[in-house]
Amino acid sequence: MALLKRLAEQDRPALSFTLDGQPASGLLGDTLLTALLTASDHLRGSDFSAEPRAGFCMMGACQDCWVRLGDGQRVRACSTLLEAGQTVSREPGRRLSGEPRS
Amino acid sequence: MSTEKVVVIGAGPAGVRAAQTLQAHGIKPCLIDEGLRGGGQIYRRQPENFKRSPKALYGFEAHKAVAVHQTLDALTDSIDYRPQTLVWSAEQGRLDVLQNGLCGHVDYSHLIVATGATDRVLPVPGWTLPGVYSLGAAQIALKYQGCAIGERVVFCGSGPLLYLVAYQYAKAGAKVLAVLDSAPFSAQCRALPALLGQPATLAKGLYYRAWLTAHGIAVHQAAQLTRVEGDQRVGGVSWERDGQTRHLECDAVAFSHALRSETQLADLLGCAFDWSPLNRAWLPVRDDAGRSSVEQVYLAGDGAGIMGADAAEMAGELAALSLLQDCGRDVDEHRIDRLKAQLKRITRFRHGLETAFPFPDDWAANVPDETLICRCEEVSAGDIRRTVQEGHWEMNRVKAMCRVGMGRCQGRMCGLAAAELVACESGRPVQEVGRLRGQSPIKPIPFGVETQT
Amino acid sequence: MSTLIETDALIIGGGIVGASAALTLALKGKRVALLDRDFCGSHSSGVNYGGVRRQGRPLSQLPLSQRAHQIWGNLRELIGIDGEYQRSGHLKLARSDQDMDALRAYAQASQGFGLDLQLLDRAQLRARFPWAGDVAVGASLCADDGHANPRLVSPAFARAARLAGAQVFEQAQVTQVNHDGQAFIIETANGLKLRAPWLLNCAGAWAGQLAAQFNEPVPMYSGHPAMLVTEPLPMFMDVSTGVEGGGIYARQVARGNCVLGGGQGFALDPARARPGQAAVLDILRNAVELYPPLKGAQAIRTWSGTEGYLPDREPVLGPSLAQPGLLHGFGFAGAGFQIGPAAGEALAEWVCAGHSSISLDAFSIGRFRTEQALSVADSTLIVSPRSAPEPVSNVIPLHRGRSPL
Repeated sequence: MALLKRLAEQDRPALSFTLDGQPASGLLGDTLLTALLTASDHLRGSDFSAEPRAGFCMMGACQDCWVRLGDGQRVRACSTLLEAGQTVSREPGRRLSGEPRS
Repeated sequence: MSTEKVVVIGAGPAGVRAAQTLQAHGIKPCLIDEGLRGGGQIYRRQPENFKRSPKALYGFEAHKAVAVHQTLDALTDSIDYRPQTLVWSAEQGRLDVLQNGLCGHVDYSHLIVATGATDRVLPVPGWTLPGVYSLGAAQIALKYQGCAIGERVVFCGSGPLLYLVAYQYAKAGAKVLAVLDSAPFSAQCRALPALLGQPATLAKGLYYRAWLTAHGIAVHQAAQLTRVEGDQRVGGVSWERDGQTRHLECDAVAFSHALRSETQLADLLGCAFDWSPLNRAWLPVRDDAGRSSVEQVYLAGDGAGIMGADAAEMAGELAALSLLQDCGRDVDEHRIDRLKAQLKRITRFRHGLETAFPFPDDWAANVPDETLICRCEEVSAGDIRRTVQEGHWEMNRVKAMCRVGMGRCQGRMCGLAAAELVACESGRPVQEVGRLRGQSPIKPIPFGVETQT
Repeated sequence: MSTLIETDALIIGGGIVGASAALTLALKGKRVALLDRDFCGSHSSGVNYGGVRRQGRPLSQLPLSQRAHQIWGNLRELIGIDGEYQRSGHLKLARSDQDMDALRAYAQASQGFGLDLQLLDRAQLRARFPWAGDVAVGASLCADDGHANPRLVSPAFARAARLAGAQVFEQAQVTQVNHDGQAFIIETANGLKLRAPWLLNCAGAWAGQLAAQFNEPVPMYSGHPAMLVTEPLPMFMDVSTGVEGGGIYARQVARGNCVLGGGQGFALDPARARPGQAAVLDILRNAVELYPPLKGAQAIRTWSGTEGYLPDREPVLGPSLAQPGLLHGFGFAGAGFQIGPAAGEALAEWVCAGHSSISLDAFSIGRFRTEQALSVADSTLIVSPRSAPEPVSNVIPLHRGRSPL
């Protein structure tokens, strides 16, 4: 289920990409965040409790929207435009066992 | 004088006006911006292939936004313009930049720092759920990507942005369920005399509010968001007014309480900071002409204190004029005086805004222990309180002990809230618990980066 | 004027050495006051790399380091927290046959001290530590060495000292130290006045001033290591590494962040330092060749600290030869974290018994008596790294950052 809802600018060329190994589609001019969140409901799992995160500030400040590209590079989804043929994967995060900090 | 190497950091309204002013006086500045097409946040430009009109994007401010964009476009050929470039560290005479995976230096003789602002966050339980965004983020989703953050959106917090974004969403066809303003109506009445100092701005604010009500959107005042509910994503909110808790089902929440300045570069540059009661934050000190405490470093716009886009344009021009004056150039002194006077008037209005949309003083006392404060490191309010109970009260010490502010965002989202909690728990005034020390890189930078030789 | 606080011992400097001394003295029933200009454990003791290692130390330090190893083994009982301490091993990497020879020589020379070093060739290294980059030709492993979180451990020593009965005064800058013929008298900027027959100079990189005041100037200089931490990453290693001949050392904490060090920084002022940007860039460019899993990872923060060095890279530890009642414990050359608890304990033993159970002769301040000491009238003893007498180990040579000096 999607998070973001397209209200305008829907008449743009579609771009195919791969998300977690599955075919996906966005529009030219979408950021990765828009492309991912108009099709799904999270961008990553948190680092210490593997809880779903979908960004927060949309302006490159909160650092909550990091995703991985095919070449291993990591990018902020809110600040990176979707390109055709991109391979995007979402990191599941990690659940720490026991007390996370002393 | 052509030996000056002037650099402007930030291509929002302040940076653009600064660059324009410098160029008009015969200097070719270097303008560095993280964004794709400039405009900062408030006048952020949509991607090139988007078609909406400026009116649709910026409403009443359309002509101002367009003017800033046109100025930037006209400048790009005659200045050293570097978009999509991050300044990740700064010291005397030198900036470290990252552009397209390549690290390099930009040396400067004079610097104008116009780094703008982000939303100020006072967390509530559930605020890390997918579907929760800041008010600024909600606006960017619409303005920059033509999207609403959800199907049924609730807007919360306080500040003029609250009404503006809710209005923009409703106008664009999004379903706005409610606007929950934490400020009481009485506060806004009290602020009226000061707000009348900028009648156009006041009129717009009242207009947004009236429009929402006229279109059947519930606007509640003295209404505190207390919890975002949901399992893997937003399912609803709890909110409180007059001691009564209510629930509202929704799938997206936009919330924040005004703005906070991005001051990390000013900090790394060694600028002196002072406590600003108006901003309830530590800010780099600047004189009324934009000079910082460091020679040859000037500060303009929201990056050194929240004043709004109009003030940012003025401050950018003023900082450039001060810089030119300090270099012995001939500048229009009357213009400098006029800009200072205009900025003074806006400051009075700002005080009025603070009265109209007061900082929720009781947040720190009431936020539940289980609330995540630092979303990067997953540090809760309870963790911070316990650290204070163990005897720690200085912000960097608290950070060292419980990790608040140690994550990827380096305290941008949590630092102010953490300071409020530390102050409340330790019984010290918030200006006496210190501030998180800036450290480079100011944003994460990758391993395997190439360096420019 | 506040009341005079009389104790058996006064300690200037609440880092791990001073705090350990305070804790040991308090546990032995002595009255002790610990003073720090800032918060205890907030300088070098609190911002260092976090390696808890014996391997690689000069042989002269190994007896004390072994004693420290025992103390670390009892950490939770002693200071109340585990401080993220783990004995996951210290792996010293070799990048050439020459490096490997050096590791072999050290393993040979240090036999009998209980380090139980294991030498690993290329194949053995990869079998046990598959993450190691191709550039590593072998390594020396000290399996019982490890790492801990200095931000938590060092302050905890001071806290434990307080719980054991020591008086701990933070944000209490010492402004005057005098001797009235029987005892030392200390005054602080916040109005404290203290008196005791024993004074322990554990003031870290700033200890030279006190030494000079009592006619034992030492040629101290400050070093500032460049440190960097990554975002949380999937776990790939639990050893802490070193690199023979200098290079980028790394450890991964349980939360997944990697802490890396290498290169130098510079002083912002006498108390604060920052990593050199050139050193930071070096780490970003070169770390992947030693630690391939860092590919695609991000650095999120860098920092530095202020460490005290003597030219021979050995500390000054033990009694003053000029002033009875004065004990010194400083100048650990960036390697004080592991050995600090034993150094502090040794100083406490001097107070109680007039000697320490482990000989401190190798660290005597007397070794500087015959040398032409640098002028130490100015307490801001920060010397440009270019005048350092020899390359510092575990540091990438030739990259010194941009010092304002």
